[in-house]
Amino acid sequence: MNDLDSLEAQSIFILREAYHRLRPLGMLWSLGKDSNVMVWLARKAFLGRVPFPVLHVDTGKKFPEMYRFRTEYAEKWNLDLHIGTCPPVEEIDPTLPPAARSAARKTAGLAAMIENMRLAGVVAGIRRDEQATRAKERVFSPRAASHRWDVRNQPPEFWDQFATPAEAGAHVRVHPLLAWQEIDIWRYIQREGIPVVDLYFARDGRRYRSLGDQDITSPVESEASTEAEIIAELRQTRAPERAGRAMDNETEDAFERLRVAGYL
Amino acid sequence: MNYAVAIPAEDPAEQSASAPEWSQGRPTPIVIVGHVDHGKSTVIGRLLHDTGNLADGRMEAMEASSIRRGLKVEWSFLLDSLQAERDQGVTIDSTRLPFVLDERPFVIIDAPGHRQFLRNMVTGAAGAAAAVLVVDVAEGAQEQTRRHALLLRLIGVRHVIVLLNKVDLLGFDAERVASATRAIEALLEQLEIAAVSIIPASARHGDNILTRSAEMPWYRGPTLTEALSVVPPLPSREKLALRMPVQDVYRYDNKRYVVGRIEAGCIAVGDKVVIGVQGAVATVSEVAGWPVAPDGPAQAGQSVALTLVPDVVVERGDMLHAPGRPPIRAARIRARLFWLRQEPLRVGESFRLRIATAEHAVTVSAITSVVRIDDLTDQPADHVPAEGFAEIILSASEGILFDPFEPGKLGGRGVLVDIHQRIVGGAPLLGPASLAPTGRSVFPVDSAVSAWERAQAKGHAGGVFWLTGLPGSGKSTVSRATEALLFRRGIDAVVLDGDTLRSRLSSDLGFSPEDRHENVRRAAVVARIMADAGHVVIVALISPRAEDRALARQTVGEGFQEVFIQADRSVCEARDPKGLYAAARAGRLSNFTGVDAPYDVPLLPDLILDTANTSVAVAAEQLASHIQGVADLSGHTRS
Repeated sequence: MNDLDSLEAQSIFILREAYHRLRPLGMLWSLGKDSNVMVWLARKAFLGRVPFPVLHVDTGKKFPEMYRFRTEYAEKWNLDLHIGTCPPVEEIDPTLPPAARSAARKTAGLAAMIENMRLAGVVAGIRRDEQATRAKERVFSPRAASHRWDVRNQPPEFWDQFATPAEAGAHVRVHPLLAWQEIDIWRYIQREGIPVVDLYFARDGRRYRSLGDQDITSPVESEASTEAEIIAELRQTRAPERAGRAMDNETEDAFERLRVAGYL
Repeated sequence: MNYAVAIPAEDPAEQSASAPEWSQGRPTPIVIVGHVDHGKSTVIGRLLHDTGNLADGRMEAMEASSIRRGLKVEWSFLLDSLQAERDQGVTIDSTRLPFVLDERPFVIIDAPGHRQFLRNMVTGAAGAAAAVLVVDVAEGAQEQTRRHALLLRLIGVRHVIVLLNKVDLLGFDAERVASATRAIEALLEQLEIAAVSIIPASARHGDNILTRSAEMPWYRGPTLTEALSVVPPLPSREKLALRMPVQDVYRYDNKRYVVGRIEAGCIAVGDKVVIGVQGAVATVSEVAGWPVAPDGPAQAGQSVALTLVPDVVVERGDMLHAPGRPPIRAARIRARLFWLRQEPLRVGESFRLRIATAEHAVTVSAITSVVRIDDLTDQPADHVPAEGFAEIILSASEGILFDPFEPGKLGGRGVLVDIHQRIVGGAPLLGPASLAPTGRSVFPVDSAVSAWERAQAKGHAGGVFWLTGLPGSGKSTVSRATEALLFRRGIDAVVLDGDTLRSRLSSDLGFSPEDRHENVRRAAVVARIMADAGHVVIVALISPRAEDRALARQTVGEGFQEVFIQADRSVCEARDPKGLYAAARAGRLSNFTGVDAPYDVPLLPDLILDTANTSVAVAAEQLASHIQGVADLSGHTRS
């Protein structure tokens, strides 16, 4: 087994634990590269199917390429797709910096979906290497009924045993990709032939390394127009992956505040 | 002075060239532990910086954060990214950072040093291949140094590198480093941990992290990066006997798929596997996969989906194992414990014990000892304090399958969960608990009612009549008939029947010699209690071994009578009331007395009943008369 085989086996184990322990379960599909890998892993875990609903929390501000991708692959992959909407930015905490405030719309949209579908578990494709507060996450991360992440009081998690608290209205965020790194995702996409939105590949010297809302996501300079070139680029670069995501970088604690409130 | 047990080769590239495991790209997890303020985060920050493992912008962000708080460059801000951690200057939760050293990938796990964050420390450290124990050279080992070292031992991390930090504050003094080295060696020796290297260093200034310190020419051992480069990878588990805990069973397209991750060994189509407690044997007919089935045998570490023939009923928690290489089965288990709840643990508390995917109801039936943190000695105690370490005994109502805990393997990794599904402790399972009396903690209180008083009230004495004989000889039938006769004659008689005992009290036991011995011991203990309460107890138990019956006689003491229910094997086999002889002959039952397990004929029984040539009614009358004669108050009685 190489490192990708190990990561794949661990993710499948996590998905099967979530499916056994947390019902009803839903999986977030942001249309980005990580969540495509996650859907792919679910199909491996459940022999070709995704036996639970797939959720897209739609800010309405994604790139047109992403919407086209959603239509095409929800059909091809036979997904039970549920699309949720987000409240307008005027309804969001005005003390947040502008980009974070915009991103927080997604938190509110997600909370509404979880409540409407009464989900006990929500599978999300975050990774430890993306962002420093995500590095502190658990694989099974319990959320109070208020959806808040109690970062100071996280449960112990060892020997592949996961906490599944039974508080009414609470849910558990499940993170099967936590141990993956950006380069692993691309190597796996290449190995398995997993489709991704074209925006990741360079056009006119620029490509998107991370995809979010159109107005708060910027491309990076790059000539990498294939998976192999992206992998080669990642071996060289020392620029952080989310450099193009405005809400991470406005103030020192902006992203941590977003996450404590229930952002991914 | 010998600072290093393992001296790395001059050229680190040579080291990685000779190590194929990480050439497959699997990172080696290393946990950094130690007392608060001894400099763990600084060590990691310095390590990442010096080896070129920091992303652009991290160094600048860290400097900006430091200046905003009026500090000099604070390395630990690289890791302590949470706002609270920056403001309080402590690490709250563990974090993981990928790190590459001469092409070899590592994951550095930063564990918090504060006592109340032990659960986070365990979370970080549990999967580590090695640990770096950071000790402030001037302060020496502190409470959390000892706790962390103890925890490393309990979770099975044996490769420990000690980093004696802040040597600059002692002016790089060789003598003081030597005395700190001796002190930490002595401490680790108590825990049976041999430090692989003890490295004097200054993380703040970078001495002996990547670069050999110019200030310590007297130190000949490895730098931290040199010590890391020789950490062995986690051992592979493919060559071990098969263990696959069943995670779930899916029914797709009219097929039943048994899914799970292989903990040890390999599985290929055509392999025979034994299914958990039930012991059914099945053959793997398919190792399924999507979009294609995996190539060749599936190995330890892989998550698989199997189909089995025959299509036996398998459920989550069952352990698939290799035929002839079963795990241990026991209902009383000796375990170590690291206790993560904020309230103490007391004897009698009940939990769910999770072992891989299995879950069992257990009770803490004894606290054997608790570790005193001050000197790391085992002490008797009636409770385990918050975040304490202990050795305990767990009891279950059924036999539990497990492998004893061993570093580098996945067996015996017990976890205690409370009724709210919260993880409250880790319990490395050591083995079956001895069934001998627990000794000093048990103080039986004698009854205030004497045997004479009881006998006067009942009109007869109590006693134990132990019926032994081959299966099918008529023990149960005769004892039930005798019980009815005696009851009608005013004698308080009761039957302890082998099958009844096995269905309840001894449901955890099998038919091995050890289990039969234990079954006899339990029957004898229960019979003794009932006889003491004034009952006439008729025990109907094959009890094939003379030595086991001798134990029963010894356990019951005065008032024990051995009754041999005599019938030839051919007669018993012809009767075969439960179809067991037929099953044994067909090979479906093993260890069956009279077929493939021995029966010792009693040499001097108190009574022989020949059931081959007498009817049940006659035999029962003979036994009833015998018992009446013994239990009669005018005759020989139990005083």
